Amino acid sequence: MKKNIILCGVGGQGTVLASRLIAAAAMKRGMSVMSAETIGMAQKGGSVFSHLRIGDELYSPMIGLGEADIIIAFEPAEAVRMLPYLREGGTVIVNTDPVMPVSAALGGSGYTGGEMVEYLRRSVPHPVTLECGKICRELGSPKVMNVLLLGAAVGSGVLSLTRDDIADAIRERVKAQYVELNLKALNYTV
Amino acid sequence: MHEEFLMGNEAIALGALAAGVNLVAGYPGTPSTEVLETVAKRRCEGVYVEWSANEKAALEVAAGAAYSGARTMVTMKQVGLNVASDPLMSLAYIGVKGGMVIMVADDPGPISSQTEQDTRSFAAFSKLPCFDPDGVSDAYSLIGEAFEYSERYGTPVIFRPTTRVCHAYASISVKDESEWKRNNPEGFVRDTSRWVIFPRLSYINHGKIEERNARLSKVFSDSGLNTLHKPEGSRLGIAAGGISYAQVRETLTAISDVKPALFRVTTPFPFPEEKALELLRGLDEVLCVEELDPVIERGLTYVCGKYNLKTKIRGKLTGDIPPAGENSRAVVDAAVTNFLGIERNSKAPEVTDSPPPLPARPPVLCAGCPHRASFYAVKTAMRGRKSVFCGDIGCYTLGNAKPLDMVDTCLCMGAGVNIAQGIWRVEPDTICFAFVGDSTFFASALTGVVNAVYNRADMILVVLDNSTTAMTGHQPHPGTGVRMTPAAGGEHGGKISIEGVLRGIGVDAVETVDPLDQTAAVDCVKRMADMKGVRAIVFRSPCIVLFKPVSAAVIDSEACINCKACIKTIGCPAIVLSDGKVKVDGAQCTGCGLCVKVCPKKAISIISR
Repeated sequence: MKKNIILCGVGGQGTVLASRLIAAAAMKRGMSVMSAETIGMAQKGGSVFSHLRIGDELYSPMIGLGEADIIIAFEPAEAVRMLPYLREGGTVIVNTDPVMPVSAALGGSGYTGGEMVEYLRRSVPHPVTLECGKICRELGSPKVMNVLLLGAAVGSGVLSLTRDDIADAIRERVKAQYVELNLKALNYTV
Repeated sequence: MHEEFLMGNEAIALGALAAGVNLVAGYPGTPSTEVLETVAKRRCEGVYVEWSANEKAALEVAAGAAYSGARTMVTMKQVGLNVASDPLMSLAYIGVKGGMVIMVADDPGPISSQTEQDTRSFAAFSKLPCFDPDGVSDAYSLIGEAFEYSERYGTPVIFRPTTRVCHAYASISVKDESEWKRNNPEGFVRDTSRWVIFPRLSYINHGKIEERNARLSKVFSDSGLNTLHKPEGSRLGIAAGGISYAQVRETLTAISDVKPALFRVTTPFPFPEEKALELLRGLDEVLCVEELDPVIERGLTYVCGKYNLKTKIRGKLTGDIPPAGENSRAVVDAAVTNFLGIERNSKAPEVTDSPPPLPARPPVLCAGCPHRASFYAVKTAMRGRKSVFCGDIGCYTLGNAKPLDMVDTCLCMGAGVNIAQGIWRVEPDTICFAFVGDSTFFASALTGVVNAVYNRADMILVVLDNSTTAMTGHQPHPGTGVRMTPAAGGEHGGKISIEGVLRGIGVDAVETVDPLDQTAAVDCVKRMADMKGVRAIVFRSPCIVLFKPVSAAVIDSEACINCKACIKTIGCPAIVLSDGKVKVDGAQCTGCGLCVKVCPKKAISIISR
């Protein structure tokens, strides 16, 4: 078994922790894991990604074009940016709330986010869309978006991991006072 | 042994600790920084770690310790080696007693660097053995080998990972602390014929170095570090090193009909000539897959010439591999399938419907960044006056972005202060500013200030003091007085005053101001601009990461006329447009108050959180 997972978003959205939780859960199941991610200058409001690979016979931490089984996107335009990596029949989990770049505020683009979601619906059979902002307000914190998306990814069945696997990783890696909140986000169902 | 999910840089650090390293010194620089930080975090009793003032200082400290029998490691990014090249070139002639590994991280792309220089070429230039790991697990074991070779041959060695090795993660097996080697340094033994470089000694040692490197080429050929897999009857071969080797392996797993010979070059210098010869014999063509310089390609071409082989060597020089940038999986897939003459089975779904234009997301100064206020103060004060703004290396290079547009030049660490002088010599009617961060000031700008004072230049130095080395992830520096391991005086203390240094050098006027006090900051710049000589302004305000914000801006929607002046003048990412209306993103805002100053309608105010 080999799983290629791409997490993407904008610097500061929490893609790295989500990637670590999947890695920890997979390792606990005895699987080998490799990953690569954006670190450095691009983190300051730039596009960020994490390539995560689980399975045997892995050499490179990078996923090739058309090889990702799933894209977990924290932002709609970033999902579209990573789409060339998705394999035929791959799954897309996407937060539909856009993050406006500073250039858009300056009048550089008419970006709204909606056009990206539309494009995803046209290009991918059944993208899983979540209005994370709204759901996070219901859950009580904007900080659980990463775990909310992770829950949806687990729900899709593509990761070959269960909610319990991720829950264990959360208990081990998240500060005690935030565990309950994160478990609520993990188990959220639309 | 136990298993851990480690970043490449963490694996290098743990590998060095397992090899019994006694002292680690370095200067922060992406993608190398986490090596030293991990050594500091995971070290056992007795291992000394320091962030040095710059790479030259780090290399010299490590050399002294290695003269004394300690195992030492120096960490830096590729351009840091330029700063450390003076001691490096001489140390190659002198050698070491304890194992010394110079860990230099290259950055193909470049992703966060000024150059795409190749440290493998630097290794050949300095005549030092070089090790090139192909992944996280390899980096962990190879750093141990590097220490062994260094000590056995009495020479510093270079260890060269690239970004995709440094910042990759993998689950790997590592030694428990109880299994780490312990090295007890003998101490410095006086021997002027060994440790004092003189022309005669350099001449003698030069001969020995060339002889040693010829020997090492043979040793490396037989060592098992450079691997060759050559199926019976192969006519085609691929040679690769570092992360490119891993990418080639990935490409080849998807190809079953052709099996080329595969040569992994782990020691690009001294080049494993005999192993290369074994690869080349009987082959028609070899494709060299590597990033940055065509080191392997030139090595194989040389071997072909030397042994009169007809094998055609392909790579960067023949246009089969791009001359610049990173070798992505796609680049390697295309080059390898093309070379093997097989149909490219692209797995990428066909795009019939092209996507809407994607928003560009260039990196920007963070919301509340004090550098924004500093740049804006200088911009305001200099409006209508002829001025030039020389930048430098750090977060503040981002001051070049619109709408601030306050960086006219940027070259290398500490260059701005001298570039400003050069421009002033040609354009004496221009007010020449040089912006430099606090860490860069101590690392590389001091000699520039001395030069300006000594040669009576006319310029304004602006030190952007945010009390940390922010760009690389908030390392301490001489101005903070914080150290990685307790030295005399503990982990804190011994803080060096920037103003004290400037006054000591003889700068004509030195003023310190908080850039978030915009009125005072603008007045200060205007005052300095009207003076002559070398003047310095220290803009002091901490990086936003160093404190928890207690306030935030709010916009009075009644008073706001939606003129967007706040967005168009300062470009703060916390001010956003929501349904065409200007809003403050409370999650990002730190309450710095700069937007309050630029609002023509006084519609913005600061409230407590």
